[in-house]
Amino acid sequence: MTSQTTAAVEVRHLKKVYEGKRSFEAIRDLSFAVDPGELVCIVGPSGAGKTTLLKCIAGLLRPSGGEVLLDGGAVSGPPEQMAVVFQEYGRSLFPWLTVRANVELPLKQKGVPAKRRAELTDRALEAVGLADFGSSHPWQLSGGMQQRVAIARAVAYEPEVLLMDEPFAAVDAQTRADLEDLVRKLWADLGMTILFITHDIDESIYLGQRVLALSSAPTVVMEDVTIDLPAERDQLTTRALPAFADYRTRIYGQIQLAKAGGRPAPVVQTVAG
Amino acid sequence: MNRVLTLGRSLVLWLALPIVLLVVWWFDSAGSSSFYYPPLRTIVSALHREWLGHRIVDDVIPSLVRLLVGYLVAVAVGVALGVLVGLRRRVRLAAEPVLEFFRAVPPPVVVPVLLLVVGIGSTTKVVIIASGCIWPILLNTVQGVRGVDPVLTETARCYGLDGWARLRTLVLPAASPQIMAGARQGLSIAIILMVISEMMASTGGIGFTVVKFQRNFAMPEMWSGILVLGLIGIVLAMVYRLVERRLLAWYVGMRRLERGEG
Amino acid sequence: MSVRPIALPGRPTHGRPGRSLPAYAAGAANRVAGVVLVLALWEVVPHLGLISRSALPPLDRVVRAFGDLLGRADLWSAVRETVTGWAIGLAIAVVAGLVVGFLIGTIPWARELTESTIEFLRPIPSVALIPLVVLVYGTDIRSALILVVYASFWQMLIQVLYGMQDVDPVVRETARSYRFGALARMRYVVWPTALPYVMTGLRLAATVALVLEITAELVIGGRGLGSLLARAQSSGAIDNTYAIVVITGLLGVAVNLLAQRAERAALAWHPAHREVPA
Repeated sequence: MTSQTTAAVEVRHLKKVYEGKRSFEAIRDLSFAVDPGELVCIVGPSGAGKTTLLKCIAGLLRPSGGEVLLDGGAVSGPPEQMAVVFQEYGRSLFPWLTVRANVELPLKQKGVPAKRRAELTDRALEAVGLADFGSSHPWQLSGGMQQRVAIARAVAYEPEVLLMDEPFAAVDAQTRADLEDLVRKLWADLGMTILFITHDIDESIYLGQRVLALSSAPTVVMEDVTIDLPAERDQLTTRALPAFADYRTRIYGQIQLAKAGGRPAPVVQTVAG
Repeated sequence: MNRVLTLGRSLVLWLALPIVLLVVWWFDSAGSSSFYYPPLRTIVSALHREWLGHRIVDDVIPSLVRLLVGYLVAVAVGVALGVLVGLRRRVRLAAEPVLEFFRAVPPPVVVPVLLLVVGIGSTTKVVIIASGCIWPILLNTVQGVRGVDPVLTETARCYGLDGWARLRTLVLPAASPQIMAGARQGLSIAIILMVISEMMASTGGIGFTVVKFQRNFAMPEMWSGILVLGLIGIVLAMVYRLVERRLLAWYVGMRRLERGEG
Repeated sequence: MSVRPIALPGRPTHGRPGRSLPAYAAGAANRVAGVVLVLALWEVVPHLGLISRSALPPLDRVVRAFGDLLGRADLWSAVRETVTGWAIGLAIAVVAGLVVGFLIGTIPWARELTESTIEFLRPIPSVALIPLVVLVYGTDIRSALILVVYASFWQMLIQVLYGMQDVDPVVRETARSYRFGALARMRYVVWPTALPYVMTGLRLAATVALVLEITAELVIGGRGLGSLLARAQSSGAIDNTYAIVVITGLLGVAVNLLAQRAERAALAWHPAHREVPA
């Protein structure tokens, strides 16, 4: 069921090599597609080039080969329909601006008129539970709250695609659980496409409709796992399901294989789209 | 009531030593027979007599105007150039050794050079001040611009902040703590240059007046001039601190939190 | 009302995977290119007449004057004079700063009492004292010394005060819980914390001391580099003027490097880098 404001993201034979005295092949050949409105998680061992992949998709890095397509059009710079939430929440918020001003800034840049800006900002702050903190500065807030501000900023921007780069890695477990549920709720309410990068396998299964397991560098897709869990997810019950454990075993196995330098089994991959 | 007491106590602590020192100075110098150490009483009356009249318009204001103009020109040019140099890695690398050398040259040497090249005049003094105090501002701006957190830059790129907008909303605010530090150093240098350029080659201004008193061996008047210069230094420092506190309120708050002072 | 200045953001380090040798070498090449370009312009522009030769003599003339100067005994005695004045003044200022700072830091209430006085005295420009010291001491070395010491002392004092204030509360509590006496606390807690600040104060004071030393020589006279420069200017010898400026700059660079080395050596082991304007 596609809403009018979502988009498909397609990665075709993406390759990224960092040049230098020792050139470093981060990504060898990545191909996958994401349907409009899907929530896809990407997991991989450390050094798997996950952040590189995200930056290529976001238009922050230029690929050495292959391409990234957004709604069929090639991505050559940061596209307007995308928003990114970084891992280092503290450093991605402007410390000289209030929370409110931070959330509004991309909207101002986009040319959104003041009244609508205020609306979007209010809604976004309320959606992440920070309606009362508009006039605080980011550094006055806790880590989890700062990440919420970054999410609010991304959400207020009304993107078609939301990219999240290990956003909860630096947050304590309790807060992480709350933030995971927040992401699912926002996704259910707003219907945008989400690409969620994480190193936490459980998190990827809990959140995603699909999980892409990546190998270590030079990176390729180890396996593309469809998560067939109920749409209504809950931290306690969902994680206790036997199916959850099965997925965990399967993906864990792939990651271990990846860490040992394994490559994907030669399986015909059905790429949607 | 408690608050009034603590405020009162702070005030007492604050004023106690300066008042004691002034009183000691007053009484110690009252009976002084040394030529170079006139009674404070005569210095104060000289201050009143000499400096509160026409001299304000003839000497004090022109000096201050030259100081401000020279300083503000240095700030404007220093920040503008600093941004241009700091944003491009190659330009920065190429310019750095030369700029560091210029900054290492003690600023006062600019006075004889410019006197030789441009001659005496009001514009010369402004140029002296500007060219002497621009270096710490320029270099600190370069450092500040260079040190902008890459995560902030990437965030800005993601949300389409480019060109002027990025400069205005990201680069300058992020670099402002360091720019302000450079501007503070520049201010000290500007004051030094104002004073010595007037002492060395001038027909007007505060520095010139003090030297004139000195040459005429008018001791209380000379001391009063020294006090005036001191007062100017103090007032400018206070004004600067107010401006800094306003512009960098966010930064002070952030650092205080980081240092655990809540 | 605190005496603390605004400290600066530290720059986070971001190495990309494998910062390569060519990148570093390219940096050096850029730097050299920059210097070469400036020197080339210096030579060409006056010759072309874009800037008058009497305002900016071309590089070759300045280099020749520079070479001639290096052979002259009076230059070297001027350098010696300047360095001596600088060193003595700096030494006095450093010792005074340490002693006074230590006293203020340890005697109860001393800090609160002296804070306002320091705030008033510190911004008074040292050069305001020039007419006075000229009358009292003439061109004697003591004139310059007073100016140098007055200006550098504050730099040192302020840093020492920060250092004494900056002791980590956790460290202090630990020392108390192990029942360290006052002397032991000074030695194991206060001094190591204050040392980096002291070194920074030394660097700042060294720079300021040179500025005031040259200033004093320039305005008052004597036999230092500043007075040499003033004489060159008053006799209209523009090549020599520029050459002496270069020599003074080199001296400034030398002082900076020395002070930075010393500071870095003391900071090498210190985990928490508090930042101070460069």
